[in-house]
Amino acid sequence: MTATRPSEVPTERPPAAPSALRRLLPGAPGSGTVGGSTLLRHLIVAVLAGTAVVLLTNQLPPYQNLQVARVGAFLCVTAGYTVLVGLNGQLSLGHGALMATGAYTVALVQQALADRAVQGRWILPLSLLLAAGVTAAVGLAIGLAAARLRGPYLAGVTLAVATLVPAITTIFTDVFNGEQGLRFPAETPPASLGAYFQPERWLAWVALLAALVTMVLMANLVRSRFGRSLRAVRDDEVAARLAGIPVARTQVLAFVVSAACAGLGGGVYAVLTGTVAPGKFALELSLFLLMAIVIGGLGSLAGAVWGAVLLVALQDLPSLLTETFTLPSGLARRLEGNLALAVFGLTLVVVMLAAPGGLQGAARDLLARLGARRRHPSR
Amino acid sequence: MPPITRRALAAATTSLLLLIGASACANDEQQATENVPGVTDTEVLIGTHQPLTGPAAPGYSRISAATRAYFEHVNSKGGVNGRKIVYKVMDDGYNPANTDNVVRKLVLQDKVFALLGGLGTPTHTNVLEFVKTQKVPDLFVSSGSRNWNQPDTYPTTFGWQPDYTVEGKILATFVKQEFPGRKVCHFGQNDDFGRDSLVGVEKILGPVAAKQTYTTTNQQVGPAIGALKAAGCQVVVSATIPGFTALAMGQAAAQGFKAQWVVSNVGADYTTLAKQLGDKKVILEGLLADNYLPMAGDADNPWIQEFTRIHQRYNAANPIDGNAVYGYSMAYTFVQALLAAGKDLTREKLVRAVEKGGFTGPGLTPFRYADGVHAGYSGVRMTRVANGVQDYFGPTWTTDDADGEVKEFTEAPSTPPADAIPTT
Repeated sequence: MTATRPSEVPTERPPAAPSALRRLLPGAPGSGTVGGSTLLRHLIVAVLAGTAVVLLTNQLPPYQNLQVARVGAFLCVTAGYTVLVGLNGQLSLGHGALMATGAYTVALVQQALADRAVQGRWILPLSLLLAAGVTAAVGLAIGLAAARLRGPYLAGVTLAVATLVPAITTIFTDVFNGEQGLRFPAETPPASLGAYFQPERWLAWVALLAALVTMVLMANLVRSRFGRSLRAVRDDEVAARLAGIPVARTQVLAFVVSAACAGLGGGVYAVLTGTVAPGKFALELSLFLLMAIVIGGLGSLAGAVWGAVLLVALQDLPSLLTETFTLPSGLARRLEGNLALAVFGLTLVVVMLAAPGGLQGAARDLLARLGARRRHPSR
Repeated sequence: MPPITRRALAAATTSLLLLIGASACANDEQQATENVPGVTDTEVLIGTHQPLTGPAAPGYSRISAATRAYFEHVNSKGGVNGRKIVYKVMDDGYNPANTDNVVRKLVLQDKVFALLGGLGTPTHTNVLEFVKTQKVPDLFVSSGSRNWNQPDTYPTTFGWQPDYTVEGKILATFVKQEFPGRKVCHFGQNDDFGRDSLVGVEKILGPVAAKQTYTTTNQQVGPAIGALKAAGCQVVVSATIPGFTALAMGQAAAQGFKAQWVVSNVGADYTTLAKQLGDKKVILEGLLADNYLPMAGDADNPWIQEFTRIHQRYNAANPIDGNAVYGYSMAYTFVQALLAAGKDLTREKLVRAVEKGGFTGPGLTPFRYADGVHAGYSGVRMTRVANGVQDYFGPTWTTDDADGEVKEFTEAPSTPPADAIPTT
């Protein structure tokens, strides 16, 4: 930037320039929450969205339903992640590792129960709850360290966590079974749905339910007193402390909440295939997650939905391209591994240039402009 | 929210929920009773997952090229029962996380009739459950794990090559005869490949003097090799994929660790290793390994003559090596199975045809397929590298993956039919 000359105009911006992260974030919400119960409104939106997706899954072929399920799993993660990064301003690069924690918890719990020949419909919710719980505990440990660190140092520590996953799984092979990973009994639809019920549709419903629960909880959290504390801490720690907000505790709690979401998402992700392997939680995943919430619109739950959809869509893009166009085999092979990262990066650059508020910011601007054009005078 | 909106919303929600119940199952039942997936009167679609990239790509990426070439050859002669074989290869980079996805794509989206020769122990193990729920024939997994031979748990999955325990027992029997009293150690992949091999070796030799493992995502084998050297190993039985055989032997040479390497057939193809090692390939002299298919360099072998003809026509860009012979031989067995399944092809018929067994082919030993046995070749013969040529020596041995004894096998190998296309 070339803003070195002395300012000619008295600046209207707050004098203490917030972090670069702050500029990507939407303004403080809250003005629109007048009247009605917030919880009720969120529940209604969730039920409607859920019904729409369920109707959609009824029409989709198996593979597409699996992709819907993946979106659901990723949505659990991105929703919690965007609250941490966007609303609390803590940059974590280790959410892939937190997903892995949840996934391995589900696998170990389900394996242990299967070994003891325990069966029942309650195993899935139990293992997912444990996944969220265990990951929250891991999140607490990381969060305690994180509350002492700022900006790039925090990113560095969490990045180290992300790179630990493959190492831990291969060192403790007896528990995690190295690169091969663990497998556990596949989740099957209940018999009451009929013998021909598509298993992938059931998986999509499981993931959808987890995503909706996460979204409702997050939406309420964001609009609660705690949500306002998160934003206050993000914007100015000193001011927040003066206002009586315990800064460190807020930051640690934000990390724990976000970790629990990531654990739940990771657990659901494992259930979709009945397997976990360290290859699924490589460093790229953590980077993809961050790019996804930034492209979607940092700090916005609707942006988290965009991000989750993008994560699934872009993972399939390279193989789609190489299959549609007959490329020379050497080129095709090189693309297979790297295209997703390149496309993600390019999308990030384009979106940041065209719509710094992310896809959700762009959509909001568009709606606002349309609304301004034909505003009802009576409202 | 005004009461009228609330009531309207409630009504809308209820009716939507009712709709869900109604429309859910209609098209599923229809799809389930549809024709056999992947089969038409003129074509049969099969799929596979292969390491075209990644740590196992050296060597293994050429297997599917040979399989494809063989199917092109068969298709040019009219296919099997009037159907041309369409063979779809998906790259999984030998990463179990990718295999999950590509196999689901093949089965759910491309609707393949069967999976053929999905490559890798860690990769394929992770899709067994899925394959089972989809009831897809999962023939001739390209790996020697014993996981494929569990007909009660995985009724549609079949192995093809000798399993690593059979191989481990035979390698250990040879080591016991040839190197009595030497300190024998084991170097293996950190998964069922390495473990099954070690089980076989220890069944014959008892506990090995030292054992080390490697992970396919980590190329640093130095510490493991150093540990074997420090343990004073004189013979190293190695259950490694080609890239890691080359790394381990290269590292051993660099550390001045002189031991006799005895390598599993999956990681011992001379052409592949020599290419990996480049000008250091002299360290391969004296390498002991095993095999169960004709040697690619054996120009007098009638199978190799037939395969070379196909190779030159459809696959000339690749060298004819152990990987190519593997691809041709497995494709040959698949065509036999497809023929035996009959003209009215269904998934159940294909599975039953393999269980019935009775296949012959290029292999030196018989298959073990039977009712309740989904295991492939029953034995191997030792090979040695001398003056840059890998060749057989000594007897052919067969055994089982349990405590059966290691026996010599003396029956002569079969000869190929015309054009190397099976007729029965």
